[in-house]
Amino acid sequence: MHDFGNAFLTALEMIVRLDADLVEIVGLSLAVNLSAVAISAVIGFPLGAALALFRFPGRTFATVLVNALMGLPPVVVGLVVYIMLSRAGPFGVFNLLFTPGAMIVAQVILITPIIASLTRQSVEDLWIEYEEHLRSIGAGRRFTVMTLLWDARFSLTTALLAGFGRAAAEVGAVMIVGGNIDHVTRVMTTAIALEVSKGDLALALGLGLILLVLSLGVNAAVYLVRGRARYRAAA
Amino acid sequence: MNRRLFTAAAALAICLPLAVQAGNRFITVASTTSTQNSGLYEFLLPQFTKKSGIEVRVVAVGTGQAIRLARNGDADVLLVHHKGSEEKFVEEGFGVKRLDVMYNDFVVVGPRSDPAGIKGEKDIAKALSAIAEKKAPFVSRGDDSGTNKKERELWKDAGVDARAASGTWYRESGSGMGATLNAASGMRGYTLTDRATWLKFKNKGNLEILSEGDPRLFNQYGVILVNPEKHAHVKTAAGQAFIDWLVSKAGQAAINSYKVNGQQLFFANAGEKRS
Repeated sequence: MHDFGNAFLTALEMIVRLDADLVEIVGLSLAVNLSAVAISAVIGFPLGAALALFRFPGRTFATVLVNALMGLPPVVVGLVVYIMLSRAGPFGVFNLLFTPGAMIVAQVILITPIIASLTRQSVEDLWIEYEEHLRSIGAGRRFTVMTLLWDARFSLTTALLAGFGRAAAEVGAVMIVGGNIDHVTRVMTTAIALEVSKGDLALALGLGLILLVLSLGVNAAVYLVRGRARYRAAA
Repeated sequence: MNRRLFTAAAALAICLPLAVQAGNRFITVASTTSTQNSGLYEFLLPQFTKKSGIEVRVVAVGTGQAIRLARNGDADVLLVHHKGSEEKFVEEGFGVKRLDVMYNDFVVVGPRSDPAGIKGEKDIAKALSAIAEKKAPFVSRGDDSGTNKKERELWKDAGVDARAASGTWYRESGSGMGATLNAASGMRGYTLTDRATWLKFKNKGNLEILSEGDPRLFNQYGVILVNPEKHAHVKTAAGQAFIDWLVSKAGQAAINSYKVNGQQLFFANAGEKRS
């Protein structure tokens, strides 16, 4: 059990002296995860709203599909993206394999269904409340989508956080398409996997603790911003 | 307001990926977990980069997967340890030429209690037979890596069909050397490992080296430039520069000077004639 004590000390020591490798890895992790969340939000918000508001053939199927895709195994996504981005694959010419770009692509595929699905639920709930009013003023589709997304913004932050959580936690996809290359595509989760494979369990666990702290930081920041915005919206 | 938010999100979405893409001169090397876990690359590569200005990006996977990456043209250089597969790779036209770089050896590690009684057994075939006879847990890589291929050859020598017992005393972890050692340590089992990974490995638990020294445990590493005739985008010049440096006097001396706890992990042998 002394591994836990060691892990805590290792983590603390790395944070205190701002270990250069650690800073780089944390920076890349945040850059990749936040980019993936941002892109997924741009796709997932409108997609979720469309699923909630519009009637079209295959809507039920699309909804079930998006919900099901929330459970995509990261390794499978990694493998598919690898095959696509490999030099022998259709998008090989873009030279994206083993770059942070490839990792972002894989994570977008993983996260978009989560954000779209949670958005759909929030918007649908709000629609029940707003429908009569929006219809009475003759609101167009675009206006309706924008209004509902905006008014659902506080619950949508939860969708974003769920997406971020998935991105920050997964290792299967980024390992395959990023390659865990030192100083290029090594992020927190792949670094942890590497230390486990070196048998350095204390360091691996220490990195895990730092990842947890990082996640806490992001969530706390969002909570504060949301609280303040809510206060202002109410005032 | 919400439009501004979307614009900001979109801008972030486009700029961040661009910002995190590095644009230096680099080559990609597909290699094995054993060389990475042993810490060799962290020691070796900065020396080459300093001299040549070429950054080396190592993707460390099992030998089998490394060869598949190279076949797909996703690496410029292949540095692995299974001569048979390497020669096949060159024969099929995917590689230009195979060169010896360095060697070390494999060892069998197992629990101190040594239920199969193989401690000090020099004959690897006899050691493996004893493990099979006692049905003592043996953790195999099971991942088509160089070490895994070697292990299968050794079982064949021992005349044991180990895979028939898969799931009982013979356990295929399907993962890298380190993860397999972790598993062996956890279940007090035996496993075959390259000496470099073993020496650098920090979670030995009650494992120790029990059988070593059989000539069949020789572990040769080879390097191959991926054939630009198959994949026109291969960075031939930079890749060749790396290979030339590895087999040069300076590169070979650098390999020999890598030590962990005073012990040399890899022995340079480029250009040596062996039977």
